[in-house]
Amino acid sequence: MKRGIRSWGPGLLLVAPSIAVIAIFVYGLIGYNINISLTDQHTGLPATEYVGMDNYTALFGEDRFQHALTNLATYTVVFLVGTMVFGLLWALLLERGVRGEGFFRSIYLFPMAVSFIASGVVWRWLLNSSQGENATGLNRLFGTLGLDFLENPWWSDPKWGMAAMALPAMWQLTGYVMALFLAGLRGIPEELREAARMDGVTEFQLYRHVIFPQLSPVALSALIIIGHMSLKVFDLIMAISGSIYQTEVPATYMWTALLSFDYAKAASIAAVLLAVVAVVVVPYLVHTVRAERRS
Amino acid sequence: MRLSLSAPSPRRMSLIAGAVVTGLVVAACGGGGGAKETKNVEVFSWWTEGGEKAGLDGLVTTFKKENPDYKFVNAAVAGGAGANAKNVLASRLQSGDPPSSFQAHAGGELADYIKAGQLQDLTSLFEEEGWNDVFPKGVVDLLTHEGKIYSVPANVHRGNLVWANPDVLKKAGISEVPDSIDAWIADMKKLKAKGVKTPLAVATDWTQVHLLETVLIADLGPEAYSGLWNGETDWTSSEVTTALNHYKTLLSFTNTDRSGIDWPDAVKYVTDGRAAYNVMGDWTAGSFKDQGLEQDRDWVWFPVPGTDGVFDFLADSFTLPVGAPNEAGAKAWLKTVGSAEGQQAFNTKKGSIPVRTDAEAADYDAYQQAAMEAFGKDAIVPSLAHGAAASVGWLTDVTSAVGEFGSGQDVAKLQQALADAADKHAG
Repeated sequence: MKRGIRSWGPGLLLVAPSIAVIAIFVYGLIGYNINISLTDQHTGLPATEYVGMDNYTALFGEDRFQHALTNLATYTVVFLVGTMVFGLLWALLLERGVRGEGFFRSIYLFPMAVSFIASGVVWRWLLNSSQGENATGLNRLFGTLGLDFLENPWWSDPKWGMAAMALPAMWQLTGYVMALFLAGLRGIPEELREAARMDGVTEFQLYRHVIFPQLSPVALSALIIIGHMSLKVFDLIMAISGSIYQTEVPATYMWTALLSFDYAKAASIAAVLLAVVAVVVVPYLVHTVRAERRS
Repeated sequence: MRLSLSAPSPRRMSLIAGAVVTGLVVAACGGGGGAKETKNVEVFSWWTEGGEKAGLDGLVTTFKKENPDYKFVNAAVAGGAGANAKNVLASRLQSGDPPSSFQAHAGGELADYIKAGQLQDLTSLFEEEGWNDVFPKGVVDLLTHEGKIYSVPANVHRGNLVWANPDVLKKAGISEVPDSIDAWIADMKKLKAKGVKTPLAVATDWTQVHLLETVLIADLGPEAYSGLWNGETDWTSSEVTTALNHYKTLLSFTNTDRSGIDWPDAVKYVTDGRAAYNVMGDWTAGSFKDQGLEQDRDWVWFPVPGTDGVFDFLADSFTLPVGAPNEAGAKAWLKTVGSAEGQQAFNTKKGSIPVRTDAEAADYDAYQQAAMEAFGKDAIVPSLAHGAAASVGWLTDVTSAVGEFGSGQDVAKLQQALADAADKHAG
């Protein structure tokens, strides 16, 4: 008995602080937040009663919240597809043994080191929507190059604005996805390629049937990482457009709700956001835990 | 894989672990000393640069002269036109750590703090200082919430103003100031025919709300407009529909990059001659002064057509929070804010006008004198976009609806959203 405590006791004691801190500051506060979201605390006054799911039904019934979700969906799709396609493309190009590979790798990775807020300020100017003689940023560049037809309102476009909003995010994280794919490609033993070539496959077949299947775990990781970042987007949008209706996503909506003292609504949005991210992340975690147990 | 170091003995391990846990507990319990008597007067604001900072400094100098015993502590938070400061303030109030006094827009914006029981009633201070007599009645009425006054106004700004470029107007042959929104729209058509692509410059969502509120004043008149905020005027009425249609037409004369720019850029459209008009508050006059631009040569102003004789009012004010440290010092600060010397020191530097009707006009520049004259005789109505008319929640909902209208252009939908916001927040 005594021996038992001696073996696991100190270990437990060492991790106890982090368990306690996570229990309070992560799970405790998630619980606290959900609790607020079930009350009628719509002003600075304390809540008077529990209203059940009313805040959530009101939220999903709102045009404004649906608009925010649509915006988020557009942004996420463009961001995900963009980073995956370009990340894979660059990784394949570099993997073919380009001269100065290290140089290009750094160039593509560097944007990741910049914070969204800092790059957002620059992109705010680059994506200015003025056209013609008033144009600045990218529109000005297109104008000077005689590519006037490429000038567009960027994120000010009511329908596809959020796709333009994803450009800076793509610029920042494609390099990261490239690094992931590159690591994945390097992990594929050379013997497999040689064996395939010996069997006389074409280069396309080699990639299609030998390389890509082995990249799928990397692709999944990249999708999850980029996906959850995309769903939580806040800083980039605040830097580029500020919290305005046209580019509103759940996170910026939560911010305005909080600033107007509507705590219950802000808490509901936070809970929805958590649920949306959980839908993406939890299956992945379950999958990895299972995979680890198998090995 | 083997570590070269030998693992510590279990006994040693438990000692280390114990020490780590104790350390954390001690650290968690530390901090948070008891409250004590203080001579500090901590004033919270978002005035950190330009004319605003200079105004605050002027006010502080006056305060120090009158109250040498107290120490002024500047707790200003920069950025986001006050949004950052309001965030910090909200968390301080919630955790029971209020400053001695904080800045807030006078009027509806205070409603949230009052409802939350975070502000002290200042009615008796107003009586002691005789402010009910020197502040215009319209202003005192706007400050009064359910019979009580909760803040001391430091300055006044006017919102319903058009800033125009005289050269652009001359080229289009426009010499008369239009007297109604319809006449103004006719002028814009002339400008457009003369090749001015964007007769009216506007910026991001909140400046569109600002424009909309002045159109509402023009079409409804001061009384019906004020009634929008206390439930006496129906948001679904046909007069409001007319105003919204006017607003839609005006929006069609504006710059397409509006959502990407803020008010100084929109003003720059006018001074650069790319636009003829911009609707903005009279802090614009202050910024013209900073840029060395001269009235009548570089810019002209007139009340938004149809609102002559109406003063769209907004003001910064200071409050006394519940549980304010050094309450006597905080009251001394509020007295300085409302005093003739304090208002003069603040407003001559900030470029706004004093609330007191007994101020010396000669201390102020030409625009300010005109504004003071108008303030003395015009009908005073509260500004929505600047927190005088409605609570923060109401304003946020209106801003969102106006933002949506910017892309959808659906008047019926906008009117419904405005009516819904009024139902939700009024009373």
